[in-house]
Amino acid sequence: MSNPVADLKNISGEPQIGKAIKRLEDPALLTGKGRFVDDFHLPNMLHAAFVRSDEAHAKINGIDKSMAKAVPGVHAVYTLADLPKRFHNMRMHGMPNPHVSQNIMPYVLAKDEVCHVGEPIAIVIAYDRYIAEDAAALVMVDYEPLPTAGDCRAARQPGAALAHMNSPNNTAAEMHFGYGDVDAAFKNAAHIVREDLFMHRGLGHSIEGRACLCHYDEFTDHLTVYAASQGPHAHKRAICGLLDWDEERVRVVAYDVGGGFGPKMSFYAETIVASVASIMLKRPVKWIEDRREHFNAATQERDQYWDVEMALDAEGKILGLRIDMTHDKGAFMPHGTILPHISCTTVPGPFIIPAYKIDCHVMLTNKPPVAPVRGAGRPQAVFAMERIMDAAAAKLGLDRAEIRKRNLIPAEAMPYSMGLTFRDGKPLTYDSGNYPQLLKQVMEASDYNGFEARKAEALKQGRYIGIGIASAIEGTGLGPFEGATVRIGPSGTVTLLTGAAAQGQGHVTTFAQICAEKFGIAPGDVRVVAADTAVIANGTGTFASRQAVNAGSSTHLAAIQVREKVLQIASFILEASPGDIELAGGNAIVKGTDKKISFKDISRAVTGQSGYALPKGIEPGLESTRYFSPEQAAYSSNTHIAEVEVDIETGGVKVTGYWIAHDCGVVINPLVVQGQVQGGLAHGIGNALLEWMHYDPDTCQPLTTTLADYLLPTADMVPKAEISHVVSPSPLNPIGVKGAGEGGTIPAPAAIISAIEHALSPFGVHLTQAPVPPHHLVDHINKGRKKAH
Amino acid sequence: MTDTRKITVTVNGKSHTKEVPTRLLLSDFLRHELLLTGTHVGCEHGVCGACTVLIDGRSARSCLTLAVQANGHEVMTVEGIAPNADELHHLQQAMQDHHGLQCGYCTPGILTTLFELLRDNPDPSEHEVRSAISGNLCRCTGYQGIVEAALDAAQKMRAGARS
Ligand code: FES
Ligand code: FES
Repeated sequence: MSNPVADLKNISGEPQIGKAIKRLEDPALLTGKGRFVDDFHLPNMLHAAFVRSDEAHAKINGIDKSMAKAVPGVHAVYTLADLPKRFHNMRMHGMPNPHVSQNIMPYVLAKDEVCHVGEPIAIVIAYDRYIAEDAAALVMVDYEPLPTAGDCRAARQPGAALAHMNSPNNTAAEMHFGYGDVDAAFKNAAHIVREDLFMHRGLGHSIEGRACLCHYDEFTDHLTVYAASQGPHAHKRAICGLLDWDEERVRVVAYDVGGGFGPKMSFYAETIVASVASIMLKRPVKWIEDRREHFNAATQERDQYWDVEMALDAEGKILGLRIDMTHDKGAFMPHGTILPHISCTTVPGPFIIPAYKIDCHVMLTNKPPVAPVRGAGRPQAVFAMERIMDAAAAKLGLDRAEIRKRNLIPAEAMPYSMGLTFRDGKPLTYDSGNYPQLLKQVMEASDYNGFEARKAEALKQGRYIGIGIASAIEGTGLGPFEGATVRIGPSGTVTLLTGAAAQGQGHVTTFAQICAEKFGIAPGDVRVVAADTAVIANGTGTFASRQAVNAGSSTHLAAIQVREKVLQIASFILEASPGDIELAGGNAIVKGTDKKISFKDISRAVTGQSGYALPKGIEPGLESTRYFSPEQAAYSSNTHIAEVEVDIETGGVKVTGYWIAHDCGVVINPLVVQGQVQGGLAHGIGNALLEWMHYDPDTCQPLTTTLADYLLPTADMVPKAEISHVVSPSPLNPIGVKGAGEGGTIPAPAAIISAIEHALSPFGVHLTQAPVPPHHLVDHINKGRKKAH
Repeated sequence: MTDTRKITVTVNGKSHTKEVPTRLLLSDFLRHELLLTGTHVGCEHGVCGACTVLIDGRSARSCLTLAVQANGHEVMTVEGIAPNADELHHLQQAMQDHHGLQCGYCTPGILTTLFELLRDNPDPSEHEVRSAISGNLCRCTGYQGIVEAALDAAQKMRAGARS
């Protein structure tokens, strides 16, 4: 692997990595010139609406489409039986996994059973969306209601109602991880602490919902899907697989996408059904999700129950950790067991845990399928770990920072092997990091040591303030790969092509920076075409904070290769040695002379002329495609400190201060990283205080299906995160980067809820769930008041 | 058959006369009839603020307004903020400078809301900015860059007005 610093020294222009370049994406988005799916208007385009299940669990005895079909302007109403035969017995493709005993995926439209409210049953295609929705309401479905599996812990009990009528039980998977002798650790413990925790994690809620515009063109026999997708290549593979079409007949493109946060990485039935409808009708079909559908049919995260036990020695050093965890997987298995797997392997975090054992039960329920949302199972794991650390501190009479210090992995121990297997199938080995430094830095920034005095002062004024700490280690930049092509054509423009899709992360700017510096040009001079399966053969998608590592490294490698070729050709034409040539302003220049040749002419030289041979040894074109494939995850790390004030009458919480020490290795664009962390924090505040998708416990009917019932954080409740960086470059990729997309979110609920508990210490409040809505806090405060009397 | 009406609406200074269904939302009228797709739709139930436009200078949810209600009125959308095709408004420039947008989906509603705020209150406090945009949901930025952009733009606009 090449050394990042050596590579960077070798460039001729001004280094661009590390600069706070203003985003190249912004001018179009600021003037209303974005290209989101619903902004496309194709000739002859029709509009789709889905008929969705009203029942959480039912048999379907019949579907009557006649009234819907009679609505003027309706072109078609399709149920599963109306689709090509191939789909009648084919379920959506799941992810094979040895842990999984029931890998149940849905049919593209419900067949004879529906398993959650919102499951698609039929598609209506009409002249406009209004008519499509009118007609969808007229499709009559004859349901025979079945008992529902709601709470995932209850679903584990023998005799529990079944989430799928033909299943033997509700267990989708049993997973066991661990190392070391946990029983011995508990036998030898000076102290044992226990916590029984409940965590609810909410939805993605990108402000743009899901969307696709499927355009089958009969003339070229080709399907183009414009999609609000985090993974155009992954989604293209899914479409080709479901249609059994070869790759050359399908293109998926995601120009502007209005936020992703996980759910847009899932591949959905709606996309394939709208594609099939377009093929059947030979016209473009657009489907735009509404917010209610996002609540009921986009993948979401939800409930986990954690029983946690920790063994410690007399000094507060951890000896062992034993956990039993139940995970709500919802009705189907998209992304298999990735999410609980990440939860199980994230728990130890920055701490030395000599022995660890976790049993995880993945349960099917009659709620929408569960798949990663920003943070992907990690906020829950961190909450479990940090809550038990707080409990241990209380039991041993230690300060919460002190007990953490005693257990952190020292910087010298890097790379540090955990003894677990991460979801990438590789041994979980932290590649780089300095966790004690993160803690030290964030404690200093927040004046942690001065807090007790501030708290005492506030109490005198009748104000309840508190402080909390939490840390997370996050496996980022996962494989398998992402690719980039760098090309200079006869126009002389440096072009960068990649499959990596952005949903606000500023990829165009970041990758342009990496590319531009190799050619001595400004980032704005690089033409970036991303998220289009037509521009590069292979790709994976944007999830797990992976694209700076994967696409960033690919860009770096491809750009270096093209640069070398530019130097080679220029040296041939200018009769100078490559070492004497520098690249600037779109030219190759012999240093200290006025001898130069433009990229245009260099490109033309290798394009050749019809009938004439290229000079010997020269491959045509100035182009390189590189696929960077990381050997394992690169581990980002961060420590958060939250300060809060609680109104003891209303249970209202104000986050009054927030500090983050963050290590994502080399920072490509500080502006972008700052934005990712600050935005991630907002999501974490939602998870700590607000976001809760409620279901009726008996019927599994969703109870929060508007943004007035399910609350997202607003501008008046998200403080500025004071962010400081620790830079430990990852040795695993040529630019030394680690992912930055989720570190703002992951530890936030743990830090904030710890701070709330601290603020309410005069009432002896002990918090064991996330989120903690105001009424929950008021109950606790009132109980504490009664005890005091 | 769908009930229709002929309406005349001035959008960003340009008058449009169209026959529209009475139930057509103003947001859909702007986006799909006039092809002004800068106005975004995030919830269609009046909470997210992405669809905010100015009607006779006052911010309004275009997803909760019928196109026929705009008959005879002036609408301003995000496309009408920049002074000309090559220049950004101070507010837009400040949003870029302070990284006030990521995916850009909430941005049109934020811009129209702040445009109104700064017109009425050229020197807002941070608190006033935050409460002005507390009806606009942004899932990406955590709002900080937006707040900084608004304060910076206000300052530049005041300086511009003085000069
Ligand atoms: S789309 Fe109008 S407020 Fe959300
Ligand atoms: S920038 Fe994405 S929602 Fe605000």
